[in-house]
Amino acid sequence: MRSNTRPATRPAPQDVAAVETRRTARLPTAQLVALALPAALLVAWFVATDVAQLFRANQLPAPTQVLRTAADLAAGGDLFRHVSASIGRALAGFGIGATLALLVSVVVGLSKIVEQALDPTLQGIRSVPSLAWVPFLLLWMGIGETPRVTLIAIGAFFPVYVNLVSGIRNVDRKLVEVGYVFGLSRADLVRRIIVPAALPYLLTGLRVGLGQAWLFLVAAELIASVSGLGFMLIDGQNNARPDIMMVSILTLALLGKLSDGLLRTVERRALAWTDTFQGR
Amino acid sequence: MSSTIRIERVSKSFKAGQPVLHDLNLEIRPSEIVSLLGPSGCGKSTLLRLLSGLERDHAGRLLVDGQEIVAPSRAVGFMFQEPRLLPWLTVRDNITFGLQVRDRRQTEPLVRELIEQVQLGECADLLPRQLSGGMAQRVALARSLATQPGVLLLDEPFSAVDALTRMRLQELLLSVWQRRRFTMLLVTHDIDEALYLSDRVAVLSGRPATVREIVHVDLPRPRDRRAQEMLQQRAHLLEALRVAGSNQLTGYGTPFGV
Ligand SMILES: Nc1ncnc2c1ncn2[C@@H]1O[C@H](COP(=O)(O)OP(=O)(O)OP(=O)(O)O)[C@@H](O)[C@H]1O
Ligand SMILES: [Mg+2]
Repeated sequence: MRSNTRPATRPAPQDVAAVETRRTARLPTAQLVALALPAALLVAWFVATDVAQLFRANQLPAPTQVLRTAADLAAGGDLFRHVSASIGRALAGFGIGATLALLVSVVVGLSKIVEQALDPTLQGIRSVPSLAWVPFLLLWMGIGETPRVTLIAIGAFFPVYVNLVSGIRNVDRKLVEVGYVFGLSRADLVRRIIVPAALPYLLTGLRVGLGQAWLFLVAAELIASVSGLGFMLIDGQNNARPDIMMVSILTLALLGKLSDGLLRTVERRALAWTDTFQGR
Repeated sequence: MSSTIRIERVSKSFKAGQPVLHDLNLEIRPSEIVSLLGPSGCGKSTLLRLLSGLERDHAGRLLVDGQEIVAPSRAVGFMFQEPRLLPWLTVRDNITFGLQVRDRRQTEPLVRELIEQVQLGECADLLPRQLSGGMAQRVALARSLATQPGVLLLDEPFSAVDALTRMRLQELLLSVWQRRRFTMLLVTHDIDEALYLSDRVAVLSGRPATVREIVHVDLPRPRDRRAQEMLQQRAHLLEALRVAGSNQLTGYGTPFGV
């Protein structure tokens, strides 16, 4: 930071503002490229299908066809039904998984003993591939929303857990001592020093966890489901309708990207205080 | 508002190691300013951390106003060598960090006064990463004083800033002290700083540390850093430190295990 090299007489707020804008304003060319890339893919897709007819329609449907199918599905209300079912599940699973992870991580992160007792088991559970849970969850919980939401919660739990525990363990002891010096209670120490200091890790964990939630959502909906984007996918496959599959996949991509963008915004706001390398 | 510190026959050793402090005695009167000088690694920070309650398991007694220190308390302020500001809090929130939320309203005038005293009025809403080293250290000073401790412990508080800023900060510290009259125990490596600030300078011997000599600085404040008496005291302290340091190289428990 520039202000670090100035003698400690008075602050120059305009200087600080200049640093701020330099932080946020990125090169516009990079953003253009970022937009151009998907646009180019879209054009290539269009050319390969509608124009050059390189693929048969039952292999790779044209974008125009996919758009028409999407419009039909939307008009019939099906798209909305599937999307809202999926969003509901993803949010419920993510909410439950992330909240549990938050609680467990704080306990594990604070206590060496609890970590030694609990962490090996949790790591064992973590290494079970997502699909392996499905038969058991169905066996234990029957078919319904419970096993699906549970599966998503499992998916969201671990990224949050792993990141937050290491975040807590990376909190600078020197900052914790500031808390001690002021005689903070254990709860206040967690709330006022440890969690804020571990916030960058927590937010990374939440972002990865949300990604996992979408992943596990599809796994949950591929099997024994009557609604959701995963169901649309499998339904499209069963009825030889790649255009429906494409609508499902593109919607998933869109939702994933949107939800991640939302969390990124939260992250940027919540972490405005960090003084870390931002890339050049 | 200002407290007495009594250090009675305090010894301390860490788990796997030779003793760091041995039978150390020191008494500090209310509103007195005492500096600790001594060779590097002799245990000055350890003594300060014991007094703040950050470090435990010692022999002997540490008393603040007759109360044995068992845990950190708001009655003892501590200023670290580094600012240790919480990076997610603004300057103002860092300063009020130690205050209980329910006290916030009634301490509001005090906080405003403190911010003025350390000359941070214009940057109360900045984040730590937007501060220079000297500014950050002033925030740290204000934070350690916000709880109105009777004792302020300072561990090489100004060692990381340039000479000119250091002098300004010393003057600032004295001006705040003149209003609040807390008792100060200050670790420093800077003889001039010790002479400029303190009523007494305690020179510690090398490990295990005891008080080797106490030098009284009976000069009125504000002091002239270049006054003849200061220069004499300086030479005297330098000599005392040299003896203390040489003791460390030949005596028991040297850092090199000789
Ligand atoms: N937590 C600890 N565990 C083990 N040994 C420690 C610990 N803290 C300090 N020591 C030892 O105690 C001795 C005194 O350390 P201390 O930090 O008090 O020295 P100091 O006088 O402040 O030195 P300096 O002037 O260099 O800051 C050192 O030799 C150090 O190795
Ligand atoms: Mg030290």
